[in-house]
Amino acid sequence: MSVLIDKSTRVIVQGLTGREGSFHAQQMLDYGTKVVAGVTPGKGGTKHLGVPVHNTVSEAVNATRANASVIFVPPPFSADAILEAVDARLPLVICITEGIPTLDMVRVAAAMKNSHTRLIGPNCPGIISPGKCKIGIMPGSIHKQGHVGVVSRSGTLTYEAVDQLTKFGIGQSTCIGIGGDPIIGTSFLDAVRMFNEDPDTYAIVLIGEIGGNAEEVASEYIKRHVRKPVVGFIAGQTAPPGRRMGHAGAIISGGQGTAADKYKAMRAAGIHTVQSPAEIGHTVAAVLGKSKGKSAPKKKSAPKKKKHGKR
Amino acid sequence: MKIHEYQAKAILAKFGVPVPRGEMVTKKDEARAVAQRLGTSVVVVKAQIHAGGRGKAGGVKLAKSPDEAASLAERILGMKLVTPQTGEEGRIVRRLLIEEGLDIKRELYLSVLVDRVSGKPVFMASAAGGMEIEEVAKDRPEAILRETIDPATGFQPFQARKLAFGLGLAPEILNAAVPFFQSLYRAFIETDSSMLEINPCVVTGDGRLVALDAKVIFDDNALYRHPEYKELRDLDEETPLEVEASKFKLNYIKLDGTVGCMVNGAGLAMATMDIIKLSGGSPANFLDVGGGASEDQVKNAFRILLSDPNVRAVFVNIFGGILRCDVLASGVVNAAKELKFKIPVVVRMEGTNVKQGQEILRNSGLNFTIANGMKDGAEKVVQLAGGAR
Repeated sequence: MSVLIDKSTRVIVQGLTGREGSFHAQQMLDYGTKVVAGVTPGKGGTKHLGVPVHNTVSEAVNATRANASVIFVPPPFSADAILEAVDARLPLVICITEGIPTLDMVRVAAAMKNSHTRLIGPNCPGIISPGKCKIGIMPGSIHKQGHVGVVSRSGTLTYEAVDQLTKFGIGQSTCIGIGGDPIIGTSFLDAVRMFNEDPDTYAIVLIGEIGGNAEEVASEYIKRHVRKPVVGFIAGQTAPPGRRMGHAGAIISGGQGTAADKYKAMRAAGIHTVQSPAEIGHTVAAVLGKSKGKSAPKKKSAPKKKKHGKR
Repeated sequence: MKIHEYQAKAILAKFGVPVPRGEMVTKKDEARAVAQRLGTSVVVVKAQIHAGGRGKAGGVKLAKSPDEAASLAERILGMKLVTPQTGEEGRIVRRLLIEEGLDIKRELYLSVLVDRVSGKPVFMASAAGGMEIEEVAKDRPEAILRETIDPATGFQPFQARKLAFGLGLAPEILNAAVPFFQSLYRAFIETDSSMLEINPCVVTGDGRLVALDAKVIFDDNALYRHPEYKELRDLDEETPLEVEASKFKLNYIKLDGTVGCMVNGAGLAMATMDIIKLSGGSPANFLDVGGGASEDQVKNAFRILLSDPNVRAVFVNIFGGILRCDVLASGVVNAAKELKFKIPVVVRMEGTNVKQGQEILRNSGLNFTIANGMKDGAEKVVQLAGGAR
């Protein structure tokens, strides 16, 4: 098991014939992802990388029974591309594109409120269930199939963490890059909830950064509902206030969104916090090592705890 | 992208937001002429810099005559203003806004921005105008009124009325407040701003509502829709190295430490700064070369890093995904040869083609320190930079 994607996931690539789309679609195919179609308006009926190209998303979905889409179109056309995938009732849409205007995402988010679609991103590396399916731009080779769920706002920092895990022999159930923009489709909370409900995920790694309060919101949920061990890191402990640190969403404004606040919320939730980015893998190994014997009884005791809480 | 107050006011005026009469000047004689033209008993001389807190720093003065306006202008032009927002280095004043003085009865706070939690625009208002809104938010959060706006229907008149009544505006001013607030929202949406703030918005003795100050920040991602805003950029207000970096699509932010950092990816770049600090050093900058940096970008990145005289050692931390380690290594080697720098460089690479990359560094005949992991790299570079400060 894994969350959101697995071996049966059938993916279409919006912007397949572009430079980025071509490169990463090939990488996904090489990884074993079922890339069943591409969409490039005006190029319908042709083939690219051996994959049939369609003019519209709904045409591609009808022809292939695809159930996920990944978007590589340039920023000015991304909002439209997301909405087209929503219109085609795709359950999962992953938008890799960086640089989408915030007000475009405001409109997209509002339009998606009652839709059937979960959006991941934008401005994200995508999602991977190692050994099963990779939808995005992350290097597949550093991942290893296993039982740790990873959720992060960053790209390369996630690779760093995953690489550390893999070197410790710790595999991942699913790694979700939720994206570095202020408005994103899937939050830390959403991802944590999915990992918590996934029986194949034994532990969760949460990699946050300065800006916003999504880490605090997820911490609050973890405190109440999550009995699986969670390891947390926040990037930007040394970032100056008022400056956007690369990601559009990574900014401390009006004293809000500091790493210190996020660490505080994580510690209050019982999350194993890591101060050094080099210690993420080590900490997960230690936590899993320690809880290995305890994990079974812990799970059993969890419902008991709930009873206590309610009555 | 930040713009000056006078530019923000000109834009708001186009959307029907009342602003004081005034003109931007760069010379003292112009200041006198504008004050004469305005003809009010008092004019305001306002330093134009991209930072708040100008008043307390001595950048905003009242003049009772055109001659006084000229002498104040002479004094303020060229002055270095140090405010909490400028940092210690301060900002040189190069432009002034000369405005009519108004009879101020009340000061209000108004702003529009996107709320990350709801994912929607929010209109904020407070009767505590003229103060730092962060302070108000901390001490008296109930003093800030908020209206969340549905992007599909837009800012409704009833929301504007709720805010106006909440601010305790007299009924005769209400008629002006609703269109004022709506114009502000329209300006926010149509200019693709990420923040629009009027602090203060004043109620005048004759019952008018006027935007006495204005701050507009454009969403950089949406600038392609507004090519005309390009000319509003004032490079004098930006750090020269940051301007230079932006030409090569490098994301560079200057800090005050001694360890130069070159990293791919924003999250990893922040984490690299953090680990330098944890190792006892201090980062000289944030630098994200991006996911698919070319050799040329790597070279320019080095050039910019090394232009900072505080840099004692450089830490290159790359996790190769799309960016292959061999490409990065060639870029680093070529940069070192071309720029002939003597500063020690610690390179930590991981990911795609890492073996080839390390080979290129070793065979270059140059003195690179190859690190094994982030922690090792950070410790080595801090030591090379002269240890802990």
